[in-house]
Amino acid sequence: MKKLITLFVNNNKYEIAVAPNKTLTQVLREDLNLLGTKEGCGLGDCGACTVILDGRPVNSCLVLAVQADGSGITTIEGVAEGQKLHPVQQAFVDHGAVQCGFCTPGMVLSAKSLLEKNPHPTEFEVREALSGNLCRCTGYQKIVEAVEAAYGTKKE
Amino acid sequence: MKEYSIINTRLPRVDAHAKVTGDARYTDDLSMPNMLYGALLQSPLAHAKILNIDVSAAKKLAGVKEVVTSSEASHVKFGVSPARYDETIFCGDKARYAGDEIAAVAAVDYETAIEAVSLIKVDYEELPCYLNISDATAEGVMPIHADYPDNIGAEVHQEFGNVEEAFKTCDYIRTDKFVNKKQDGAFLEPQSCVAAYDLNGNLTLYTSTQSPHYVQRTIAMVLGLPIGKVRVIKPYVGGGFGPKAAASTLELAACLLSIKTGRPVKMTFTREQVFLHSRARHQFFHELTTGVKKDGTLVALKNTCYLDGGAYSSFGIATIYYAGSLLGAPYKLPNMKYDGYRVYTNKPANGAQRGHGGVAARAAWEQQLDIISEELGMDPIDFRLKNIMQRGDVTCNDFNMSSLGMKECLEAVKNNSGWAKKKSKLPKGKGIGVACGFFVSGAGFPIYRSETFHATAMVKVSEDGGTVSLYTASAEIGQGSDTILTQIAAEALGVRYEDVRISSGDTDFGIDLGAYSSRQTLMSGHAVKQAAENVKQQILGALSGKLKIPLHDMDIKGGIIIFKKGKIDFSDIRSNYIKEHRGWTNHPAGEHLTFAEAARIAYLEKGVLVGTGAYKPGELGGKYKGAAVGTSPAYGCSAQVVEVTVDMETGHVTVDSMTDAHDCGFAINRTNVEGQMQGSLSMGLGEALFEEVKFDNRGRVINPTFGEYRIPTSLDMPNVNTIIIESDEPNGPFGAKEVGEGAIMPTIPAILNAIYDAAGVRISELPVTSERVFTALKEKKKK
Repeated sequence: MKKLITLFVNNNKYEIAVAPNKTLTQVLREDLNLLGTKEGCGLGDCGACTVILDGRPVNSCLVLAVQADGSGITTIEGVAEGQKLHPVQQAFVDHGAVQCGFCTPGMVLSAKSLLEKNPHPTEFEVREALSGNLCRCTGYQKIVEAVEAAYGTKKE
Repeated sequence: MKEYSIINTRLPRVDAHAKVTGDARYTDDLSMPNMLYGALLQSPLAHAKILNIDVSAAKKLAGVKEVVTSSEASHVKFGVSPARYDETIFCGDKARYAGDEIAAVAAVDYETAIEAVSLIKVDYEELPCYLNISDATAEGVMPIHADYPDNIGAEVHQEFGNVEEAFKTCDYIRTDKFVNKKQDGAFLEPQSCVAAYDLNGNLTLYTSTQSPHYVQRTIAMVLGLPIGKVRVIKPYVGGGFGPKAAASTLELAACLLSIKTGRPVKMTFTREQVFLHSRARHQFFHELTTGVKKDGTLVALKNTCYLDGGAYSSFGIATIYYAGSLLGAPYKLPNMKYDGYRVYTNKPANGAQRGHGGVAARAAWEQQLDIISEELGMDPIDFRLKNIMQRGDVTCNDFNMSSLGMKECLEAVKNNSGWAKKKSKLPKGKGIGVACGFFVSGAGFPIYRSETFHATAMVKVSEDGGTVSLYTASAEIGQGSDTILTQIAAEALGVRYEDVRISSGDTDFGIDLGAYSSRQTLMSGHAVKQAAENVKQQILGALSGKLKIPLHDMDIKGGIIIFKKGKIDFSDIRSNYIKEHRGWTNHPAGEHLTFAEAARIAYLEKGVLVGTGAYKPGELGGKYKGAAVGTSPAYGCSAQVVEVTVDMETGHVTVDSMTDAHDCGFAINRTNVEGQMQGSLSMGLGEALFEEVKFDNRGRVINPTFGEYRIPTSLDMPNVNTIIIESDEPNGPFGAKEVGEGAIMPTIPAILNAIYDAAGVRISELPVTSERVFTALKEKKKK
């Protein structure tokens, strides 16, 4: 039987009835039409479905939607302010950190989450924070450079 | 060097904004009114006769709209190369690998489709399954395909020069064996498609493919539809690397289900199904014998290779040729013999993957060359430089190196890695290694024998002259072709980057063979450049008539018209343009005649302002059998130096630093070139150190997840010192050639050679696990 839950996604309140076996990824994509969240494996291995749940980056494919009842969620659609890109997004654009783009939403959210807690990370801290987000295209270097540059912390 | 404003820069990608905001739509993001969801039934057995299929229970399930098996589907065979069409949409009499497709269901939602699949009852008679080459080719074996009784699906025998005679003149000859493991493409986006058939008989397929053109042809052929009724559209694609370059049962089944139900049908692979479908890197067993003179001159190479092909041919007929033809160069080697055998086994089919066919061969040979240089007492870089090919050299198998910065690449990695201070001088457990490699810049011939153009393009200028629309059927799969082609169009036409809007990946936009064999910058780039130049001539021609100025006294740059002979009075044109745009607030102003005003003149004269371009390679070398695989209009090349740490107790290998120099002819976008280099090295590092698709003894993949099948993470990849070498390729647009695949070639052997420098052991089987190094260290101690 479906359960009525409340999600606060990108500062919007949604009251939705969801089946108890639906993952947060599925509900975001199918019920809320927030298609920027990607599913690359459905097993919590690749990080493409990363969202920020109550301040922490999580694999949304490993969270049941009913578990998120009452939670605040940031998806990639909630990162930019209108037409103005978030500094992490702008840095990804400027540093060539995007190739196929399938990992990008998750990467941006993991990076944003890191920088909010630790605005001046070392390269290792950046790499550690992104290690749950797989990328097959870039070799990670330009992503790491973008994250280091996003808050102007990169030591030249 | 000419002055350019748009190309050879670091402009951001055209799709970057869409991708960082989550607005970019991939196939699985699409949905349509009334859409059904499909699912596949795949064989649980690796080799089995199919005695009976009972779909009655599945059909009865509420919400199921259609169930199709071989009985309802076309039996027309397809594949990649027409000479080896060996697949049908669904298995007929038997299944050939655990994962072979048997039936498909369309239902109102995915859960119902999956449940219906579980209700299909199949009676199998299990057959002996062959999971390796020796079992598949043993005496009295049961053929996997009736046409190939000994399970050898393809054989290649080539000889250039005379290897046996040449060996007699050698001072030093050695033989080494090498084997890699089946690698997975491991792109982040699982394959997905949406097929929509309408009542006018038009079939539209949205699919995550590398080649809309090949998919269109295959669907038309298998389903018996006119090509013009089949439109294939590629939304954004989340990586391909080879396995997405051919049509698949996923796509054909979705089309069939849509035709049968009259409703759109979406089908998407799970991650496990990506591993089962595979079509990724083959396993290669190489035996190489190389002969040299005392002074280090390379004389002859004998290469024997057995390829574990899996259950179907896929790209394998090209793979088997590449496994031979991509050796020799970039060194002057006068004698080369190759014997290749591709064997059918009851495993997922292997196909093309980045560095197609040449990666294992290159790893084997570059490690052997390292051994030889040591035996001769030569520095490995000096040994390579002694034999290096240069611009204008032609290989013994007729590859024309119309540009080749190989020497420059080697010298660059030597100078930028501190090679001289480090080679053989690092502390125990630390090592440095070098290797080279090259790759085609586009296959010289399409995968089906044809006189077809390889790429066409159309550039349309809007009626106000303000926007340039570029239409191409090329495939942006993440590598950046939309950006490269936009830059080429803007540069060739003389407008700003932001004035060009690209539409790509749609068979309605023309012909393009797609994103494989590193072809699009060169081939699609030529077509786009030609189309842009064509429309530029039309605009300048119309302007010339209007202003009575010879065409060659004018040019277009940066969105303005250049009058080479000084100022011209164009006030009539401007006032007329402004008059025609009453109410607008962004009228052209300033001292220069704008592109928009000039293009408007041409529009008013012609009504339709369209430039077209079409490209196919000119005459290529090689008249021998198999010359079609490997001959290319141009070749990119790469040299790498890698430093590693080997834990002398556990055998664990860490890659500490990588220096890579790649000759891409001319970098259209420097950031993209670096991105391709870094991505290639990452995939090479994964194959070298941990990637291996593993099977149980019944042919089932036991690690079909990213938890069990490890690809490099951000903690595994070091930063790469990327050095771009530009050799100005005469056959490339603006001198450009490939970067996407040549850059992977040296990675594995450079790592292997560094491991030797660090630990004194040679590893000839991938992946280089701690266990393999540990065992080798133990063996070495015993001696």
